Formats: sequence, structure tokens, C-alpha cells
Amino acid sequence: MADRSADTLVDGHADARSVEAGLDALDTAPQLPPRPGLGRVLVRSVLPPVVFLALLVGVWQIAYVAEVKPPYALPGPADVWSTFLETVADGRALEAVWVSVSRGFVGFALSLVIGTLLGLLLWSSRWVRAAVGPIVSGLQSLPSVAWVPAAIIWFQLTDAAIYTVVLLGAVPSIANGLLGGFKQVPPLYDRVGRVLGLGAAGRMRHVLLPAALPGYLGGLRQGWAFAWRSLMAAELITYSPSLGLGLGQLLNVGRELSQMSLVITSIVLILVVGIAIELLVFAPVERRILRNRGLTVGG
Amino acid sequence: MATRDLTADQAVATDAAPAVRVTGVSQVFEEGRPPVLDRVDLSVAPGEFVCLLGASGCGKSTLLNLVAGLLPPTAGTVQVAADRPALMFQESALLPWLTAGGNVELALRARGVAKAERRAEAERLLGLVNLSGSEGKRVHELSGGMRQRVALARALAQDSPVLLMDEPFAALDAITRDVLHEELVRVWQQQGLTVLFVTHNVREAVRLGQRVVLMSSRPGRIAREWRIDISHPRSIEAPAVGAMASEITAQLHREISRHG
Ligand SMILES: Nc1ncnc2c1ncn2[C@@H]1O[C@H](COP(=O)(O)OP(=O)(O)OP(=O)(O)O)[C@@H](O)[C@H]1O
Ligand SMILES: [Mg+2]
Repeated sequence: MADRSADTLVDGHADARSVEAGLDALDTAPQLPPRPGLGRVLVRSVLPPVVFLALLVGVWQIAYVAEVKPPYALPGPADVWSTFLETVADGRALEAVWVSVSRGFVGFALSLVIGTLLGLLLWSSRWVRAAVGPIVSGLQSLPSVAWVPAAIIWFQLTDAAIYTVVLLGAVPSIANGLLGGFKQVPPLYDRVGRVLGLGAAGRMRHVLLPAALPGYLGGLRQGWAFAWRSLMAAELITYSPSLGLGLGQLLNVGRELSQMSLVITSIVLILVVGIAIELLVFAPVERRILRNRGLTVGG
Repeated sequence: MATRDLTADQAVATDAAPAVRVTGVSQVFEEGRPPVLDRVDLSVAPGEFVCLLGASGCGKSTLLNLVAGLLPPTAGTVQVAADRPALMFQESALLPWLTAGGNVELALRARGVAKAERRAEAERLLGLVNLSGSEGKRVHELSGGMRQRVALARALAQDSPVLLMDEPFAALDAITRDVLHEELVRVWQQQGLTVLFVTHNVREAVRLGQRVVLMSSRPGRIAREWRIDISHPRSIEAPAVGAMASEITAQLHREISRHG
């Protein structure tokens, strides 16, 4: 090994360190600006949809006053609002939301487990992927409402029939999302895992799964959307007192009574639940995952 | 020391056991195509710093992957005096969902370091590459040079006596690279590592190596090698480094023009 005096080592070393510190300071991105204040947030992301909604209600009111359709077919915003207050007051709104959301969560949780296992199976076996993969992809584009008649024949008007439809809607998306996430993992990461000495299980847990997370999350999000849609379709068709009053069933009550304001109230509730889950669950999780990896695009 | 033997039948008895010994290694990726590596022999003594030099595509990364055990050789044997050599990849290969500290800790975890000790050890290793206080930074918050230093810390976390490096500084600007050269030489001397360093930059090879090995292209073979007897600390601008580099560059040109 080379010889040299201790002095040059220390000097050269200290020198390099200060150069390096300067470079690091230059290279590092400046601190992010402070989080925008509440006022800015309100103006930027709350105000626009509220304004748009107000416009929409305005147009609706005009259409109502102009009697584009007879009032029984197109009630005004005020009628719908009072029906909404009624359903809240008599507890039907809350009951319907609770019944549907709890069914949705149970169905989604089941789909999550089954879809994830199916995705892992598809990934781990080339044969299964070749044999089952195309069918899973095909199922993704089959509207799950097509399963409702079959589910009713198999399970009559029971929760089992509803869950069957929900599962057939959500499982393919979740399995495909996970598989797609795996496929997009750069092979380099797996080699990193091997160089570090991780075994197959360790690589799965510490490398492959985290690397596939964005694709998996996309699958979960789509899976939830499909589960919710399938649930509404199933509830709408399997209308029976034994199944309780979900949002789909509430919609059916409105149709049978020819009470358009109740129909619109139900549609709005279904929409609100969908938006709430998206905003409260998926959007924050996704934002966090993407931000951690530096994948967020500005704006 | 454990010896990893890729084709046991051809194991060779040695007197002074080298840290890395590649014997008659050939690599064919596709049947019918000429081999990427053709009967390569290379041995690196314990504690030695060897630079592997060659034109783009001559098979340097392939050879390093073989030594790292990521690829079984088509023919020949690879012996490494370490359970698992540490490897720094050509591309920045940090895992983006982990912090700088998390990347280093994963290597410690894979090595079986107890959970309680990982954090402190990761901090020590990041300090070694002059990155104290950056444990919590995300990969995307680091500059290219800082990323390569984290990658170096992660490689050191493997605590392997053999360190393989695949053009680790190729994408960096000259000043950052200078600083990292200094850093690397310091770590090599402090830890008594055996380093096999791949580059296509002749000056870099002369700046760092005790020995520079030149590979020819298509098929990849060992063409020539030089001892570099310039004492450390060396500067990449030193006349002695420049003179040696010109000599090697001339030879490299001859190697390349054979294909013209
Ligand atoms: N997995 C592979 N399958 C087929 N061909 C490969 C594979 N890996 C490498 N090669 C080929 O082997 C040759 C050598 O590749 P290698 O990456 O080892 O070159 P290199 O010397 O590292 O080049 P560079 O300096 O550009 O990194 C190239 O022609 C490449 O196309
Ligand atoms: Mg290469």
C-alpha cells in the first residue's frame, strides 16, 4: 500500500470534505416552500367544485321553472332537498348508507384477500399466468351486473348473491393490478436484493412488494370502484325485504313510488359515498406513496 | 474464508489464495453468437485495488456479474474469498421507497445484524461517506453524487472483504468524482478491502488502481495489464498519472482499431 505522511492525509481529507459539503449544499434541492395556508387551499381546491356545483343547481332550477319535463319527472332542487331532509330525519338515509357501505367494505375486504392471493399465484407460476391470465383480464372488462341473474339462481335473494357479484367485479382488477405492479418492477431491484443476500422470501417482502406497490394501489382503487358499482347493481336488482335497505334498494323504492326526488336523493348519496372514499382513503394513500418516491408531478 | 465455487469440478489449488480468481471463464448469451467473454483469467490479491478497463460493450459488467454470482459462467470457474462480494451497480440502484438510512439498513438486515444495532451502524456507515445527518432523506432528494455515496455505504454495509464496483462514478461531474475518488481510496485503505473497479475512463483507472487490466472487445479477453506504482495520495491531474494514462490510452486505441 502507498506510503505518505499523516499530514497530507489529514489536509487532503479535510479539503475534500469541505468541497464535498459545498457540493452537497449546491446539489440538494432547496427546502420545500411551507405548506400553503388554509385560505389558499380553500381557494384552490374547494372553491372551484363548489362554484361548479352551484352552476349545475342553477341550470337545474332553470330547467325546472321552464318545465322541460313535467314536475313529477323533474322535481326542482328545493323538492329534492326537502326529500333529502326527510330521509335523513326518518333515518332511511343513514341506514341505507350504512348498509351499503358496510357491505361494500366487507365485499372489498374479501376481494382484497382473494385478488391479492390470485395476483401472487399468477405471478409465481408461469403456467397459471398463461392459463388463467387472459380469463382474469377478460373478466375485468365484463360488466359484473351480468352475473346478477346467475348469482340469484345460485344463492336466491341473499347477501351471498350480492357478495358474489361484488367479488366477480373487484377481484380481477385487484389481481391484475398486483400482477401489473410486479411486471413493472425493474429487474435491477431484484439483483440488488440478491447482491445484498436476501433470500426469495426476503426479496419478495423487502424488494418486490414495495416496488410493485404503486401498481397494486391502482388495482385496489379500480377494485373498489368496481366493487361499489357491482354492489349498487346487485342491490338494485335483488330487491327483497330480507336484504335490508341499501342505497340500491332505496333507489328502487323511489322508482316504485314514482318519487323522482327520492331517486335523485339516492343517486346523490351513492355519488357522495364514492367521492368520499376516493378523497378520504385512496387519494391520501396514493399521494403519500408517490411523494415518498419522488414521483409526484407538480401542479 | 468461505470459497464460492461455481463449477466445483474445475477448482484449482492455489498457493497464496487470491481474493478473486477467475479461471478460463467464457460467457455466451445466445447460442451461435460469438462469446461475450472468451477464456478470461484474472486474479486479484487480498487488499489489492484493481481497475478493469475496456471499451463500451466489451463485457466488463458481465464479468463483474459473474464474480458477484449473479450469473453462472458458461464455462470456467469463479472463486471469491467471501460469502458474497459487495457490488455497486453501474446505475444508481438505491431502492426509492426507502430513505438513505433505510437502504443501508436493508443491507445490514440481510446480513443478519440485530434490529437494535442497525440504526447506529447505518449512521456510522453514512458518516464514513460523509453523509452524516442524511439518514432520513429520500432517494429522490439526493443529488447524483450523494446517491452514489449512499450506494457505497450500502455496499460497505455488506461487510464483505471484496468490493466490486461497476462504473460507479461514470455519470458524475469531474469535481464530485474527484471527491469520491478520494473518499473511496480512504475507505479502501482504512478497511483493507479488495476492490475490483470497472471503468472506461483511463485516467480514473490510473488515479485509483494499483493495477490496471485492459480488456479487448468482442470477444472480451484480457489484453494487457499495468502496475501503477504511483504513491497515494494521487491526483487525477498529476503528470505521472497523465503519462501512464496516455500510454494505456494508446494501447486502448490499438485494441479498438483492430475492429475498424
Ligand atoms: N443478458 C444479456 N443477454 C444478451 N446479451 C447480453 C446480456 N448482457 C450483456 N449482453 C451483451 O454482452 C456484451 C457486453 O455487455 P456488458 O454490459 O458486459 O458491457 P460493458 O463492458 O459493461 O459495457 P459498458 O461500458 O457500456 O457498460 C454487450 O454486447 C451486450 O449486448
Ligand atoms: Mg457495463
